[in-house]
Amino acid sequence: MIRKVRSHINQDEPLLVERSSPGKKGYQLPPLDVPAVDPRAALGPDNVRDEIAGFPEVSEVEVIRHYTRLSTWNYAIDLGVYPLGSCTMKYNPRVNEFVARLDGLALAHPYQPEAVAQGAMRIQVELERALAEITGMPAVTLQPAAGAHGELTGILLIRALLESRGNPRRKVLIPDSAHGTNPATAAIAGYQVESIPSNAEGMIDLGELDRRVDDSVAALMVTNPNTLGVFERDITLAARLLHERGAMLYMDGANMNALVGIARPGDFGVDVMHLNLHKTFSTPHGGGGPGGGPVAVTREFEPFLPLPRIAGDGLLRYDYDRPQSIGRVRAFYGNFGVLVRALAYILAHGGDGLRNATLDAVLNANYVRRGLEGCYEVPYAAPSLHECVLSDKRQAALGVRTGDIAKRLIDYGFHPYTVSFPLIVHGALMIEPTETEDKRELDLFIDALRSIAEEVRDNPETVRTAPHNTRVRRVDEVAAARKPVVRWKPAAS
Amino acid sequence: MRYLPKSNAERREMLDSLGLATLEDLFAHLPDEVRLKRPLDLAPGISEYEIIDYFRARAAENDGGFASFLGAGAYYHYRPVIIDAIVQRGEFLTAYTPYQPEISQGTLTAIFEFQTMLCQLTGMDVCNASMYDGSTALPEAVMMACRVTGRTRAVVARSVHPEYREVHRTYARYQGLPVVEAPWNRETGLVDLPALEALVDDQTAAVVVQSPNFFGCVEPVREAARIAHARGALLVVMFTEAVSLGLLEPPADADIVAGELQSFAISPSYGGPYVGVMAAKEKYIRQMPGRLVGQTTDAGGQRAYCLTLATREQHIRRERATSNICTNQALIALMATVFMSVYGKQGLRELAEQNLAKAHYLAAQLEKLVEKRGARLRFSGPFFNEFVVDCGGRDPAEINRRLLGDKIIGGLELGRFEPDLSGCLLLCATETARRETMDRLVNRF
Repeated sequence: MIRKVRSHINQDEPLLVERSSPGKKGYQLPPLDVPAVDPRAALGPDNVRDEIAGFPEVSEVEVIRHYTRLSTWNYAIDLGVYPLGSCTMKYNPRVNEFVARLDGLALAHPYQPEAVAQGAMRIQVELERALAEITGMPAVTLQPAAGAHGELTGILLIRALLESRGNPRRKVLIPDSAHGTNPATAAIAGYQVESIPSNAEGMIDLGELDRRVDDSVAALMVTNPNTLGVFERDITLAARLLHERGAMLYMDGANMNALVGIARPGDFGVDVMHLNLHKTFSTPHGGGGPGGGPVAVTREFEPFLPLPRIAGDGLLRYDYDRPQSIGRVRAFYGNFGVLVRALAYILAHGGDGLRNATLDAVLNANYVRRGLEGCYEVPYAAPSLHECVLSDKRQAALGVRTGDIAKRLIDYGFHPYTVSFPLIVHGALMIEPTETEDKRELDLFIDALRSIAEEVRDNPETVRTAPHNTRVRRVDEVAAARKPVVRWKPAAS
Repeated sequence: MRYLPKSNAERREMLDSLGLATLEDLFAHLPDEVRLKRPLDLAPGISEYEIIDYFRARAAENDGGFASFLGAGAYYHYRPVIIDAIVQRGEFLTAYTPYQPEISQGTLTAIFEFQTMLCQLTGMDVCNASMYDGSTALPEAVMMACRVTGRTRAVVARSVHPEYREVHRTYARYQGLPVVEAPWNRETGLVDLPALEALVDDQTAAVVVQSPNFFGCVEPVREAARIAHARGALLVVMFTEAVSLGLLEPPADADIVAGELQSFAISPSYGGPYVGVMAAKEKYIRQMPGRLVGQTTDAGGQRAYCLTLATREQHIRRERATSNICTNQALIALMATVFMSVYGKQGLRELAEQNLAKAHYLAAQLEKLVEKRGARLRFSGPFFNEFVVDCGGRDPAEINRRLLGDKIIGGLELGRFEPDLSGCLLLCATETARRETMDRLVNRF
């Protein structure tokens, strides 16, 4: 039974350009207080454009209505649980938005003199220190703009360090349970990717690792806990094996929400890792970004970190004199506004609060798992941390797949879980509730998935053709890719 | 903790359902040697009130109520109030990537409009849903050109933003992609076309210019395109000052146009988050990096949007993806979209014309100082809203210090990037520069 939602009216809305009419305005500029300049004279006649064909002309109220109406077509964390595995969609505290917009931060220019940028620099130093403590790794760069950008920075750091020792090596090993960004990153960093099969428990196979790590291997990239939500029990042994053979251990920190305050990657042998500020540290996803992907490293990597580094004790300054640095990975200093939000989150929690958040995150995932294991197959028995992975094995036997169940969940008022990932689980349902869900929301979620499991038995067609209650029905993604239409064009006249 | 929505009684109930005595039992299976056996060395959590105090104090260390003439990749433009009103709606702010189109039509429609408007501005056929920023869009554009041409070499004008070039070198170096730089003409400040032509060869995948370039000058895009195309290379045109697109001839001769949209009402925010973008000719769409939104229909035949051509991307193609990019800058792209919607066809033009007028006023006033203090415009190339001033043998740092004493942040000292321009400042005047402040700057110069 659907208990969380009922339908209500929401507004239709055309594209903004379809509201356009010549001469409508949504702006007013102040009068020009200097002489006007003829563009053709100043820039040369060939450098000046004609009018922007097809660009909208609308009033302010239409702009507000347009985007407000569009907004009501979205699901959002502010409406309910976002159970996407390895995505850590937690509450985004509003005070973080407030402080990021303070004039002294939002209006700071990246090139303003260091003497009048000390506040911005201190925020970075403070965040670096907190992330170093949380990861157990002594040095942190805040420059990368997102997780995959952090991965690239991290793998380039490994490459640079190995190169300085005489041989960058050729290969990066990646478990078959990894996120797609890991192999894509290794390839862009100039490495061959070798996928290594997980063992029967879904974990790193030490025997397999032992066979594969030789002097051609630069690093192993692991996610820990892995994408099954399971802690890699042999991680310290894996680290030792790699280190003995001159290879490095890279950790994808996508699942760090399971470990903050409980275990530190620096203490279990990780050399380089990235964090996702838009996951673990609550900065908003915003429909796909912006994010932040700081990279934490052991001491030996510090000389190679991206330019610039902040130096000094009293008066802070930027240090560009770092001959071993991999160079810049982004203009200026990273997604500063995202860094502000992440630091606000850390300050709000403090050390104890961060640890308590981890406890609740893991409690929630286990509670959901317990609530669903009677209806859905649990492919791996190992204990879950912050997320759990189920499979559609029982439902698939009745002709209903994980993707169908996900779409039916929408009718029940929930965003779907992560579908068909990790790849090592056939028909996966990957669920991460995070700590910011209350018990009532979790109970409704469990009830919904149980109810769908019944529907699969009694009325599979309802599930296969879901969603039924949304303003658009199942969207034809295949047609979209066959003949891509990626922009509006005026109807042929 | 106010963000944790459970009572201890509820935790107890949940633990009971799991047959566990304490929350710590959830971690009993972790190997002992990995456990952190002490509290994190971080201060105790603080209230909202104290958080705001902390950041106000940091903000005060930055903010002295200065007028600023800095540009160089981050510009001060007026931000219409409705932009924050819209992007702070939880349905946009706290939504995930729109992989589930049935409950993400808001984000998807807005991105489709973003892509459309960027195509109209740049003269390209297709545009992606955003990149991290302009600087990372440059190496992504070059890597795309390498895939399209099957070549590896890039020729980059030295008049491209120096930090963008540095980022490009970091990306290129470890992939073994050769990069050579074409000099700028010492008179005009524009890329030296004969030198560029001499550097482009049959192994060149991409020729990269920026317009307006780092010195504020409008580059000869058509000539650069002719040079690139004559040797089968693609032309990549970068931009850092998007407001210029309202006035300048769109770089339609380019194959790829990439750049930074910070000028579209994104706060300077000490360097980020901003929003990069990449647009291209339609035939290259399958080689583009990043997310793309496409139009389709739903099961009932209605118009709908969804992410498309995902087989280019890392989550499907893994090590054979066109890029490793995953997260983009959707919310910042939404800010830019609302900005473009507010200004519209006429407004963007008018805004660009005001920028042109302000910068040309400032430049003209400074030129009047030639006889008195030796200052002069360094380059003869046409400029939009920023320009290089030669300080006439005086130390630019000294001029900036004097201006700072008068609550004015002057220009960027170019010596840090170009030793040949160590006597020069890069000054920017947007629509937000008041005549009175510009006059004050000129008087103290």
